[in-house]
Amino acid sequence: MSVIYLLLPLALLVSTMAVAAFLWATGRGQFDDVQTPAIRMLHDDDDLAHQHAQR
Amino acid sequence: MVASEPEPRRAGVECTHCGLPVPAGLVEPGAVEQFCCNGCRTVYAVLHDVGLDAYYDLRESAGEAGQRARTSDRSYAEFDDPAFAALYCRAVGDGLMSVELSLEGVHCSACVWLVERVSLIIDGAVETVLDVGRSVVRVVWDPEATTLSSIARTLDSFGYPSHPRPGARSAELGRRADRALLGRMAVAGAVAANVMLMAAALYSGMFHGIEPQYVRLFGWGSFIVTLPAVFWSATVFYKGAWGAIRTRTPHMDLPISLGIIAGFLWGAYATFSSSGEIYFDSVTTLIFLLLVGRWVQRRQQHAARDAAELLYSLAPSSARIVEGEQVREVPIQAVPLAAIVEVRAGEHFPVDGIVTSGESMLDASLLTGESRPERISRGSVVHAGCVNLGSQIRMRVEQTGESTRVGKLMKRVEEAARRRAAVVALADRISGYFVAVVLVLALITLGVWWFLDPAHAVEHVVALLVVTCPCALGLATPLAVSWALGRAARAGILIKGGDVLERLAKPGLVVFDKTGTLTEGRLAMQAWEGDESLKPLVRAAESHSAHPVAAAFLRALADEPEIEVNALSQTLGGGISAQVSGRSLLIGSQAFIESHGLDVPAWMAESLACHTEAARSPVLIASDGQVGALAAFGDPLRPDAVSILRALRKLGYRVAVLSGDHPDVVRTVVRELGEPLVEAHGGVSPEAKLAWIERAQEHGPVIMVGDGVNDAAALSAAGVGIAVHGGAEASLAAADVFTTRAGVAPVVDLVLGAHRTLRVIHRNLIFSFLYNLVGVALAMAGLIGPLLAAVLMPLSSITVLTSSFRSRTFDAGRRRPSAVESNNPHPVPSPEYST
Repeated sequence: MSVIYLLLPLALLVSTMAVAAFLWATGRGQFDDVQTPAIRMLHDDDDLAHQHAQR
Repeated sequence: MVASEPEPRRAGVECTHCGLPVPAGLVEPGAVEQFCCNGCRTVYAVLHDVGLDAYYDLRESAGEAGQRARTSDRSYAEFDDPAFAALYCRAVGDGLMSVELSLEGVHCSACVWLVERVSLIIDGAVETVLDVGRSVVRVVWDPEATTLSSIARTLDSFGYPSHPRPGARSAELGRRADRALLGRMAVAGAVAANVMLMAAALYSGMFHGIEPQYVRLFGWGSFIVTLPAVFWSATVFYKGAWGAIRTRTPHMDLPISLGIIAGFLWGAYATFSSSGEIYFDSVTTLIFLLLVGRWVQRRQQHAARDAAELLYSLAPSSARIVEGEQVREVPIQAVPLAAIVEVRAGEHFPVDGIVTSGESMLDASLLTGESRPERISRGSVVHAGCVNLGSQIRMRVEQTGESTRVGKLMKRVEEAARRRAAVVALADRISGYFVAVVLVLALITLGVWWFLDPAHAVEHVVALLVVTCPCALGLATPLAVSWALGRAARAGILIKGGDVLERLAKPGLVVFDKTGTLTEGRLAMQAWEGDESLKPLVRAAESHSAHPVAAAFLRALADEPEIEVNALSQTLGGGISAQVSGRSLLIGSQAFIESHGLDVPAWMAESLACHTEAARSPVLIASDGQVGALAAFGDPLRPDAVSILRALRKLGYRVAVLSGDHPDVVRTVVRELGEPLVEAHGGVSPEAKLAWIERAQEHGPVIMVGDGVNDAAALSAAGVGIAVHGGAEASLAAADVFTTRAGVAPVVDLVLGAHRTLRVIHRNLIFSFLYNLVGVALAMAGLIGPLLAAVLMPLSSITVLTSSFRSRTFDAGRRRPSAVESNNPHPVPSPEYST
């Protein structure tokens, strides 16, 4: 059972990372508009690559 | 890929199925059906064989096939003005500029594709990112390489006229607050889940035994994990609670904060002293669920505000300044005094001023409520917000921006809104008593247990505070409200805040503006007396005029056959003389006809007097020197107006009419309504409306329904202001509710929906109260441990959640019989909703 001393911090570390990732995404505005990206992914993105290159 | 702009129709043969041009080689000479490819031929054959040819008729009647994208041919020159950049754009580094524009005509995924391709078509347009939900495009461009106006022109040519967004800065702040709340929610959720897992280990240890060092481990683990939720996520509640204490107004945040802090402090003490129970699982779940409630409510209110803002931003934002021979478009904010401004037919006047050249008709109905158009010519004073109906005129600018009549009215709107007493929400009102009762009970518990068992007295008090924390209350009310707001939005009623529902449900006085709400808000032919055979001739003569009476004639006589007009001359404000199929026709006012030396026949004099008395405008029609017919024009009642008023009265509301239109017109409308009204006034100025509403407010709740700028101040002063479809932007900004369906039927739906929502909230409060009663009893008896608290808490939440979601607050299609409707023998006519 003493393995719990290792597992508990490890589990908490993993969930901390998940929360950190979510906060990062929120801060970058990835959840500001949850409707359009769902549509955007359906478009062919060969010319979007060009758009990204311009940024 | 899909393109929202249909192929331009080229001259030639069109495919029977898809309507695209048929390549020359495939045209079958002599055949009725033509196809551009085998695919279309096959589909047509299939549809034809199974007898579904009606598809093609439906398509025609729906007008979908031939519908062209709406473009406006504007030059967007004002977008390049430095004043525009200072107002709406901001620099984003690397010499790039960024702006957010509202787009008209955004519907679907093809729009995203098309709009976002603009940055590929135009060199210098770095980014065009569309938000479909809000119809807003963010444009990043390089001012060195291109101009914003050319980007806007390209968007326009695709069928998306663009407009600057006045509230862009405040929207940015709102978005930041949204992100922060989402972050808090995420942290609280993760914390709650992890603490719950550790709590599960502790609870199972209670039943099956657990070694003390593991109890310590899970205790400390829970404590550490709980910290971010209590010290970061939950700070929104502490702020609200602190505000409630300082302003001495009851607020839900107060009992919530009390529960959270008590639970956490006790848990921390238990952890440090390795004794007693921890409440971290209950506390963190509470924080998470409450934040979810807040977030959902926020989202829903945003949706209505965004919609209002979109409509608001579609208002004219530019004016055309005449400088010598040149005409230049500038943002309204940059129009100098004494400049000459050009206003074309159909446009809104951008500023107050004096007409310098041109003659036209003016529609001031949105500004004053006056339903009859006014004639303007050189020297007439015109106000911003009126519509130029006739022809192009030029005017000298006298007042701009805030000093225009509309601007001054909007100032009053803001003042009225500030003066309006804040209504404390029901849940908050209750939570005031709630806190008092809980604190008294906690003291009693402490006192009694101090004598019985001092060691556990504090523990029992904490259990009481945690278990009575109004989770169900704080979660259920926002959810019930936002559920209702969402449903209302789908029914075409956009509500800007949840507190509106509560204010609506109390029966009181409903004040209607007349023009545009009870009436259609535009001229219509209401009677025709005399020679019917003149109708086709009149239609022909009037089809070449832009006058509102002509438009009303055309609408009324749309079924008459079309005839050529041979000659036509028009006297502004008088009438028309025309030669139609060999007959000379005179159409106009009595004075116009008499000035041509014709006499009004005796039979007509009586009905002329009758129509004039009913405040309708009579128009006489003479052919070949003989007055043959009479048509009467007025602003007709909406067909559903009477039944709406009846329904409102059945629900216990009193109804009054307050109009800026001429008292005679108001009298006629009231007579036609035939419903007893509390009061009906005509010729009321916007200021008098505001004063009237504020006076009425003192005697009870007032709901104001209006559409014009002249109603705006009254709308914002009233308990609830409802702006109806097609109203002025100013009224949209001032009102709490606005409808996207024409007519006043939504008012009844809104009131019924508010009643139902309030019932759901009451039910939730009762549930919540019962749970708390049980909880308090158990806690005072010293029977509640953390386990029971952890079970009771989510159970109560789930009950009220189910109750909120099962409610059909704005579901007009499948109404359940209710107390409100059962005493209403005349069902409210409500159009089908597209839910």
